[in-house]
Amino acid sequence: MEHFISLFVRSIFIENMALAAFLGMCTFLAISKKVEAAIGLGVAVIVVLAITVPVNNVLYTYLLSEGGLSWLGEDYASVDLNFLSLITFIGVIAAMVQILEMVLDKFFPALYNALGVFLPLITVNCAIMGANLYMVERSYNFSESVVFGVGSGVGWALAIAALAGIREKMKYSDVPDGLQGLGITFITVGLMSLGFMSFGGISL
Amino acid sequence: MLKKLLDSMSPHVHPGGKHEKWYALWEAVDTGFFKPKDVTKTTAHVRDHIDLKRIMITVWICTFPAMFWGMYNVGFQANSVMADMGITQVEGWRGALIALFAGHDAASIWDNLIHGAAYYLPIYMTVFAVGGFWEVLFATVRKHEVNEGFFVTSVLFSLTCPPDLPLWQAALGISFGVVIAKEVFGGTGKNFLNPALAGRAFLFFAYPSYMSGDAVWTAVDGYTGATALSVLASGGVETVVNNGLSWTDAFLGKMQGSIGETSTLALIIGGGALLVMRIAAWRIVAGVLIGSFLMTTLFNAIGSETNQMMNVPWHWHVVVGGFAFGLFFMATDPVSASMTNTGKWVFGALIGIMVILIRVANPAFPEGMMLAILFSNLFAPLIDHFVVQANVKRRLARG
Repeated sequence: MEHFISLFVRSIFIENMALAAFLGMCTFLAISKKVEAAIGLGVAVIVVLAITVPVNNVLYTYLLSEGGLSWLGEDYASVDLNFLSLITFIGVIAAMVQILEMVLDKFFPALYNALGVFLPLITVNCAIMGANLYMVERSYNFSESVVFGVGSGVGWALAIAALAGIREKMKYSDVPDGLQGLGITFITVGLMSLGFMSFGGISL
Repeated sequence: MLKKLLDSMSPHVHPGGKHEKWYALWEAVDTGFFKPKDVTKTTAHVRDHIDLKRIMITVWICTFPAMFWGMYNVGFQANSVMADMGITQVEGWRGALIALFAGHDAASIWDNLIHGAAYYLPIYMTVFAVGGFWEVLFATVRKHEVNEGFFVTSVLFSLTCPPDLPLWQAALGISFGVVIAKEVFGGTGKNFLNPALAGRAFLFFAYPSYMSGDAVWTAVDGYTGATALSVLASGGVETVVNNGLSWTDAFLGKMQGSIGETSTLALIIGGGALLVMRIAAWRIVAGVLIGSFLMTTLFNAIGSETNQMMNVPWHWHVVVGGFAFGLFFMATDPVSASMTNTGKWVFGALIGIMVILIRVANPAFPEGMMLAILFSNLFAPLIDHFVVQANVKRRLARG
């Protein structure tokens, strides 16, 4: 149990997808103007990550990894389908996002409209792909990948919500012309990640 | 006479005059010496005729107890160590400066004060000059006024430095703090991180060997001594007491550390004045104390054989490291903290929880106050947002 708590805290704060690994930057910068939309997107990312990471974990363990097909029989023990993992992961993520989109459209139309084009864009959000690849690289088992998926999603959502809060406040700032818009946002994100470095050495 | 001189310059520097470029500098000097005719017009701080300028100057004065104790203590630590090591003369220009005014007797208050001043004042002057340069440059180019907020930033930044800090690093740190954390957002009141802390954090991560560890805390070459916090982390409370540092000593500040952070008593005097004058928000201070108390109780209850920090009681956490300094002077920065009253409680509690969490659970950094405050600064606008939304909802429900 302690192991899972530690993994959860680590994936939220220490290995924060947005501010430590700098993944998912495009949506992170684009959707962080309003707190409501940012939180909506954050929730969507949590859901997608919580589903895709475990699903891909199962697929990887029983189909794609070297010797993963051995449950089919002796002949398949040496088959290595690793080269298919990228395309499989993307396929799973795309399918998941499509389903999520339909569910949102049906049950939460307000959120669906707020997210607009960015919901399909989660498909190519590198935070999602990154979490899936981290899962493979760190060889998490199934329950670990559930915790990791939820944790990294929560971390990303927290970061984008905080950024949206800061940017709403920054409407009143007097930023030099050359830095307005994305420029100052990049500086903001840099300073945020300075704040998140406080977790750099936490061992739980 | 000065007044006449400044007034005679006035038509030239006001817009349209031939030296209008220099308006910011003239304005700063003029209103620094004389009461300005037009006080701050549009800020949330207007309550009576105290305005942002006076508030900032008050904060600046309130750091004096900690500053003078810091100088005394730096000298005291250095002189004691020199007596132990048999050194009678400080090398370099600092030594010449000290020899001009005082000796090296750890028992003499004057000697200690001068010795400490020889370390602190150069840092402060560097910080003030370099930071002031950026401030005036931005004010001139961007045509806003030089704000006394910089007085506070510079003094707070210099007080968080270790006494041994090379001056070029002090210059680098304050430049980062003023330019990146404040001026690019448009100057005082428009930033979201505390500039003094951002500058210090920048140095902390860029030059860790000058900003932490055992060798930097006493101003004598070749002497290493751990801060009370790192002793606590490695050996627990008993080791600290066995090393000859009682709780009262820690409270009074007879220990090593950054210049301004050692004496909790001196900080309570300065910070208490700020609280009484309602310049520092008491809700934040109370929030930090409650948050850290709950977190310490939790960790004490869990307990641990291997991690000594788990067992450190709350009254020790409060007196060691930068806790008191951050509590009174950094966390209550009106710009980067939460604005709403409920938000201030949450903001303070978040700092309290984070500082204990970082101190206890993160072996890489024994000190957590700076990072906890920076972290909470990031979430302050979000906290405010939720408080405001909740208020709006309640109003709507009331009809």
